[in-house]
Amino acid sequence: MADLTQLNIRETADGLANKAFTSVEVTKAYLDRIAAVDSNIHSYLTVSAESALAEAKQADERRSKGDDHALLGVPLAIKDNMTTVGIRTTAASKMLENYQPSYDATAIAKLKQAGAVILGKTNLDEWAHGASTENSAFGPTKNPWDTARVPGGSSGGSAAAVAADLCAGALGSDTGGSIRYPAAFCGIYGLKPSYGRVSRSGLLSMTSSTDVIGPMTKTAEDAAILLETIAGPDPLDKTAYPKEVKVGEYVDAVRERKNLSEMTFGVVKEWMETDGLTAGIRTSIEEGIARIKELGGKVVEVSLPHAKYGIPVYYVITPSEISSNLARYDGIRYGHRTTKANNLFEVYAKSRGEGFGPEAKRRIMIGTYALSYGYYDAFYLKAQKVRTLISRELEGVLRQVDAIIGPSSPHVAFKLGQNIDDPLKMYLEDVFMGTASLAGLPSLSFPIGFAEPEDGGSAMPVGMQIIGRRFDEGTILAVASAVESAHPMRSKKPTL
Amino acid sequence: MALTKEEVQHIAQLARLDLTEAEVERYQSELSRILEYIGQLSEVNTDGVEPTAQVTGLTNHFREDVARTTDAETRQRLLDAAPERDGDYFKVKAVFE
Repeated sequence: MADLTQLNIRETADGLANKAFTSVEVTKAYLDRIAAVDSNIHSYLTVSAESALAEAKQADERRSKGDDHALLGVPLAIKDNMTTVGIRTTAASKMLENYQPSYDATAIAKLKQAGAVILGKTNLDEWAHGASTENSAFGPTKNPWDTARVPGGSSGGSAAAVAADLCAGALGSDTGGSIRYPAAFCGIYGLKPSYGRVSRSGLLSMTSSTDVIGPMTKTAEDAAILLETIAGPDPLDKTAYPKEVKVGEYVDAVRERKNLSEMTFGVVKEWMETDGLTAGIRTSIEEGIARIKELGGKVVEVSLPHAKYGIPVYYVITPSEISSNLARYDGIRYGHRTTKANNLFEVYAKSRGEGFGPEAKRRIMIGTYALSYGYYDAFYLKAQKVRTLISRELEGVLRQVDAIIGPSSPHVAFKLGQNIDDPLKMYLEDVFMGTASLAGLPSLSFPIGFAEPEDGGSAMPVGMQIIGRRFDEGTILAVASAVESAHPMRSKKPTL
Repeated sequence: MALTKEEVQHIAQLARLDLTEAEVERYQSELSRILEYIGQLSEVNTDGVEPTAQVTGLTNHFREDVARTTDAETRQRLLDAAPERDGDYFKVKAVFE
């Protein structure tokens, strides 16, 4: 049987529908491959082999009774910051090392309803705080294209698993780049949907005003398939937009677009002038722009003068909301509890001191400071006002153009250990990411080519970013798909 | 914006984080650098600009204020997650001295 792990979600679903193979067979193929190669990259924290095979068997039974769905029997990986009943959910933190959730995240419940198979939970920066997956309390994930390099973060495990064919597709989460960034570093598709497009119920909260769950996949069409299944309103999350997904809404958009001749794209002047944007990235992005023009798209220069404040705004708002959201980890109802406490205060302080990693502590403290009496106006309130300016600017540009295109990252994947001693340097990795998050707009990173790293070594993937209007995921997925069809990238795979 | 050691200890106390001496020193320098960096926001003119607290596009999106009973399995998993329990009660150290 041909290698089933090389198939994408759509191909897997087609194969299952045509009875070319069963869900049990394709699930086993992935489990075998994980057992064979994941020790080299460490993309999974927990492989749920037993339940995956049970789900696969159930999917085959459903199919034999006439049931069908684009994800029925398709094996997926889930970032370990979404609750999955029966599979421990750790947030890659010692705080939740053995935590068994009491309910499924709504996105997970929807996948289960559709009959998807969950292979396991993937590695991340602890609590999704980071851009390299090096902040995981259980060891980093390695980039499958060069295991001396990071996969990006915080959804590094999911990105690596998709790139290395250790799942047909995956879910990640994006707060300030955590889907798009690792997607770029690993050469896959990563979609951050519009804020509120997917329920956040069961997603361990980080920055409540920007957190989103999204698909990480081998193709743009696969991302559309996953998004259709997980999107929609939810009584458990009142920040989810009360607008149902139409059947085929995203998949049809992807399949119907043949060219880009009625579309105008904006390239951000300030982003292309960024200090630190490497020659390799610039060449790849210019190549991407050329392909868009070839397909009929009109490309103009646009300006986002306040975008440069995206990182400082993000790094005030994010730690502030984090300090509030992580307050629930107090050693009482769940998670790690210290054995060394003499009184209640010490139960809290020591459990948290022992359970949280350094980046989590940094963010909690910055947030506590920024929200504290005397500093709230200068920090949090100020950041929220600059957020307004950034969002308005972005929305203004998206009235002149249909989408904004540009780089996902200033460089290709860096080496493990390179930035880990400098938290501020790591924050600057988000230079192109924060803007779409702060405005709640959809943004996709898709593979556009390869570039040699500045510090030598084999060529690494480059991702192009496309930002759309609110709820216009269909358009940005369709654009990426059109570019992909004209210049297929998937023939090249990492060797493991 | 340089933080003093006392300020770091105060923040840690507010945040209920027990830090070692080495941690206090390390975070003192790291946090000071980060705070200096984000301080550049003060150069932006935000006169008359409303703050953005959320980007849902919604206002007062309420649900009905009715309790829903959860199923027995979910309830059991919830209780089982507690580090220290006495039947259906979570055990805590004395709140009052």
